Amino acid sequence: MDLLEYQGKQLFARHGLEVSPGKAVHTADEAVHVANEIGYPVVVKAQVLIGGRGKAGGVKLAGDEAEVREHATNILGMDIRGHTVRTLWIEHASEIESEYYASVLLDRSAKQPLLIFSIEGGIDIEQVAERSPEKLVRHHIDALAGLSREEALEAGRAAGVDADVLDGVAGALLALYEVWASEEATLAEINPLIVTPQREVRALDAKVSLDGNALFRHPENQAFSDEDEGDPLERRAREEGLQYVKLDGNIGILGNGAGLVMSTLDVVAQAGGAPANFLDAGGGSDAAKIEQAVQLILANDAVRAVLFNIFGGITRCDEVARGLIAAFSHITTSVPFVVRLDGTNDAEGRRLLQEAALPNVSAAATMNEAAERVVALASGQTAGAPA
Amino acid sequence: MAVLVDEHTRLAVAGITGREGSFHTLNNRRYGTNVVGGVTPGKGGQDVEGIPVFDTWEQAVDEVEPNAAMIFVPPRFAADSILEAAAAGVELIVAITEGIPAHDELRVFNLLRREHPGTRLIGPNCPGILSPGKANVGIIPAAFFKAGNVGVVSRSGTLTYQIGNEIAQAGFGCSTIVGIGGDPVPGSSFVDVLELFEGDQQTELVVLSGEIGGSDEEQAADYIAAHMSKPVVAYIAGFTAPPGKQMGHAGAIVSGSSGTAAAKAAALEEKGVRVGHTPTETAAIAVEVLGGAPLPAS
Repeated sequence: MDLLEYQGKQLFARHGLEVSPGKAVHTADEAVHVANEIGYPVVVKAQVLIGGRGKAGGVKLAGDEAEVREHATNILGMDIRGHTVRTLWIEHASEIESEYYASVLLDRSAKQPLLIFSIEGGIDIEQVAERSPEKLVRHHIDALAGLSREEALEAGRAAGVDADVLDGVAGALLALYEVWASEEATLAEINPLIVTPQREVRALDAKVSLDGNALFRHPENQAFSDEDEGDPLERRAREEGLQYVKLDGNIGILGNGAGLVMSTLDVVAQAGGAPANFLDAGGGSDAAKIEQAVQLILANDAVRAVLFNIFGGITRCDEVARGLIAAFSHITTSVPFVVRLDGTNDAEGRRLLQEAALPNVSAAATMNEAAERVVALASGQTAGAPA
Repeated sequence: MAVLVDEHTRLAVAGITGREGSFHTLNNRRYGTNVVGGVTPGKGGQDVEGIPVFDTWEQAVDEVEPNAAMIFVPPRFAADSILEAAAAGVELIVAITEGIPAHDELRVFNLLRREHPGTRLIGPNCPGILSPGKANVGIIPAAFFKAGNVGVVSRSGTLTYQIGNEIAQAGFGCSTIVGIGGDPVPGSSFVDVLELFEGDQQTELVVLSGEIGGSDEEQAADYIAAHMSKPVVAYIAGFTAPPGKQMGHAGAIVSGSSGTAAAKAAALEEKGVRVGHTPTETAAIAVEVLGGAPLPAS
């Protein structure tokens, strides 16, 4: 679960990591009210889960009430690379002497947390890694022991931090690790971590990803997911408990098992098609679940044809067929479906589909055959072979 | 031979009294797996169709001496159950449970490495291990596999069945099918299982089925080049996955430019591993390398 900047900053503040005073708002009036409270100049920042908001005009400095109103009005509702701005973060503008970078993440290769720190902050860290890798300090943390003050100080020294802010930097790194560990984050990143002319160290931005599987231990963090903007269909899928990812194409995909669905997307793409979504139906085969999944796929207007790819392991293909037939008694659509049933009881499943003679559903025996047919149907080249 | 599980396996199951746990345990027993016990706190003294249930792993080990543990308990209790089984001395732990917090997995991995280096964890979030004709530990549908000389190791369940079924239709069987699971911190990696297959007399070829996320496939490529004498054929899922989106499995996510399917396939091919573009082509390459009849075109 990715957090917005202001949500990440709430977690930072909870663990003693210094952030600028500010508040999240949803209207221009609120923005003005908050700005008057915290004092000018302020920064008006779009809250979206996508990078590059500064370049897109989503971050503006305001010196007075009129400017706050103008920027807030412009930025609210703005579309930043497919993300609509609904929330602004208003904070007191900081004076900046230096911009550093710091993050703690789960290193899957080493199976340890990894601390990354650099005094070259404020820009894309992958650029720093490419241009001057010697400027990046990478330190693996013992997952069982945690990060010690000595390690944090050493990371600061190794990166070449000025001596007078070394303590402040180490404190920030310790707090950042604390956010990562105790909130069960998979990523906690500050870019930039700034040094002010008064030689204070402070987080100017926050990028935090929390582990959704651990939220049961953090009821106070569950509210963050409510404000998670993004694609409305993905949002609906989350609410319905479906594993759905929206894609750019016109072929709806439904399958059982994450690996098989990913593979199905690839096979459809290789056949010249463009998948409209990833959707894993899991092991279930009951009609209600299949109907819910089909409705979700069809809610995407771009969908021209649908591929239903089932390899029955524990799931029985005859049950899937029954579920599909029952679901189609409630669904009216002219979108053609290609259903590939293979595995446990596949012959019986295909026989049931044939008997039901659903007008726009045809059966296929193999994954490749199904992919080729659905691509042809989506491009309008051919009618579906009868089931 | 085969690896990890066989006719000498003595299996005990945490969560045996649950709906899923009892269903699959009995399925495994019907297949011929020697199921010696179960563990459910508070239900010690009961039995599941004649399989004795114990309150703790320690009691189960004292009474029925399991050498393999299967974990079916809900995510929030799974880490403790794994650690308890390890502390009781069980040497192989297969964790089926999906949805275990990543920080729990990290703690379990590092605790096992430090305190129980002799314990091997497979999973979590995996379909288990099947050695056809010998033992089935987990939820892999055994009907699609017969005994043979192909070792299979995979991060995905259904994709394994898909590829395994196509190999079986061409007349080939498997030594062992190992699902290492789709989570960010699996107990065992591709390299761990490749090492076992390399040392297994029954296995003549290995099919490796990977997917986006992490760098386990890249590490496998290096290992294959340096240490494998047996041929390995690979498949990678997720070429069309957009960055930053989790594709079902918790571990299946492209982060920035790392963990892409293209990079993984390239890393494997660079080390001489043939990579199939589809599950069907992957099975066909495996059959070709084994010197069998090519698959009929589909």
